[in-house]
Amino acid sequence: MEQILFYIFATMVVLSATMVITVRNPVRAVLFLVVTFFCSSAIWLLLEAEFLAIVLVLVYVGAVMVLFLFVVMMLDINLARLREGFTRYLPIGAVVVIMLAIMLGMLVGPEHFGLDKFEAPARQAASYSNTRELGMVLYTVYLYPFEIAAVILLVAIVAAIALTLRRRPQTKYQDPDIQVAVQRNDRLRMVKMDAEKRK
Amino acid sequence: MIDWVITTLGHLPVVVRTVILIALFLIPLMLSVAYLTYAERKIIGAMQVRMGPNRVGFFGFSLWGLGQPIADAVKLMFKEIIIPTGANKYLFIISPILSIAPALAAWAVIPFDKGVVFADINAGLLYVLAVTSIGVYGVIIAGWASNSKYALLGAMRSAAQIVAYEIAMGFALVGVLMAAGSLNLGEIVAAQKGNIGHWFVWPLLPLFVVYFISGVAETNRAPFDVAEGESEIVAGFHVEYSGMAFAVFFLAEYANMILISGLASILFLGGWLSPLAGWDAATTLPLIGPILDSGVHWLLIKISFFLFVFLWLRATFPRYRYDQIMRLGWKVFIPITIVWLIVVGIAVLAKLPPWWGA
Repeated sequence: MEQILFYIFATMVVLSATMVITVRNPVRAVLFLVVTFFCSSAIWLLLEAEFLAIVLVLVYVGAVMVLFLFVVMMLDINLARLREGFTRYLPIGAVVVIMLAIMLGMLVGPEHFGLDKFEAPARQAASYSNTRELGMVLYTVYLYPFEIAAVILLVAIVAAIALTLRRRPQTKYQDPDIQVAVQRNDRLRMVKMDAEKRK
Repeated sequence: MIDWVITTLGHLPVVVRTVILIALFLIPLMLSVAYLTYAERKIIGAMQVRMGPNRVGFFGFSLWGLGQPIADAVKLMFKEIIIPTGANKYLFIISPILSIAPALAAWAVIPFDKGVVFADINAGLLYVLAVTSIGVYGVIIAGWASNSKYALLGAMRSAAQIVAYEIAMGFALVGVLMAAGSLNLGEIVAAQKGNIGHWFVWPLLPLFVVYFISGVAETNRAPFDVAEGESEIVAGFHVEYSGMAFAVFFLAEYANMILISGLASILFLGGWLSPLAGWDAATTLPLIGPILDSGVHWLLIKISFFLFVFLWLRATFPRYRYDQIMRLGWKVFIPITIVWLIVVGIAVLAKLPPWWGA
């Protein structure tokens, strides 16, 4: 049963990943990437890595890819211009692809895998909490790498906001705090005057 | 009779048994969705001094319009589904499915009573958060596949809004996780055992408010319904949908409302725990004792209360302007949750009674 599920999801990962790079429409490519993430999360679930699997769906499918879609839908991509010069760049592209394939083969080729290299992961009892174990390791053994990664991400966030934060003097914007705090006397002047008489 | 049903179910293969149980759960859920639309029209009608639906009944009796949801459902089922020219046909049909599937799948981990749950998994809270975050694809794909400017505008608004409020919602849930020390929804309810004072709504009050308002925003309900925005962009993402395809979006929205209400009850108001629990004089009364004691009916009462608040909000508030929705999400809710997470952390470490102390 587990093997059947694995092969179903593995096939779907490979197929949808291929579709990401072959399909013409960019929005469809992003949607196939979503399917790829979803199926890889299912494979992680089969490995009993439920925390990572769910976080993959939560972060990548639920947030990152939504923003991807948001941007891709906004872009007006001219497909004809993207495709022109395909034959001209083909030789260089082919060389790069072959080099990449050779390097990948050397690094993660079949001789690095197999049951003699890695033990089959032990099956855990139902009460085993993957989340708790991960938290324990993350905040004890790997505390410094974790904190450094967090600081780097924070710097990236601050930098991204700082880069986009420009205040142009001519743009008009509202400040809800000021709007809410407004008093009657700021807007209205009560004048006491006698009734006018017809002359 | 009931024993016979349980033993027969026990003999069936797991897959068949699960499918039967899911059907037994889905039928009441769909009925509650149907009658939630009726309740919405009646309650908002009453708030605006109108009658609401009062004609459609059964067998010649008008019965305060109780037949209205059935009539609506039949009407929608027999209407033609029109696929606009230039629409992306597959995505156009898939998107209602994408929006209802997460709304139903999230119910798998919701506990109704002690041990009464489809899947008692350790990471239940994370699962709920992950599954509900997928629901936005239905809206976005519907908007894009319709080949309509209004639909695309609605989808864009929805995408930005849901990403913004999901962060606040996630932080609010982190507070619950810290308070309960578990991601399992059943254990979260168990951690609130005691009396009404032990519920997490008291120590986590700001998180509770943020969670519920984010929940309203996540379900695209008024006053956060800019994705639909009838008066601005016609009907937003589902403007091109008709018949049952439209009805599925509608079902998903109401199923999500019930889900958010259920989660708010479980995480902050003690789920199936009775507010009178711990007061033995009441729970040991002869006839009404079992009713006053904890049970699934208390969960249903709490869910109904939150659903009423959903409708109440819709009848009360005008729609938020788009930039103010973003301001509320990013500049108000997220800072509130971060500050309160620190407070909760200190309180848990200090073993503040009665929640974490003796």
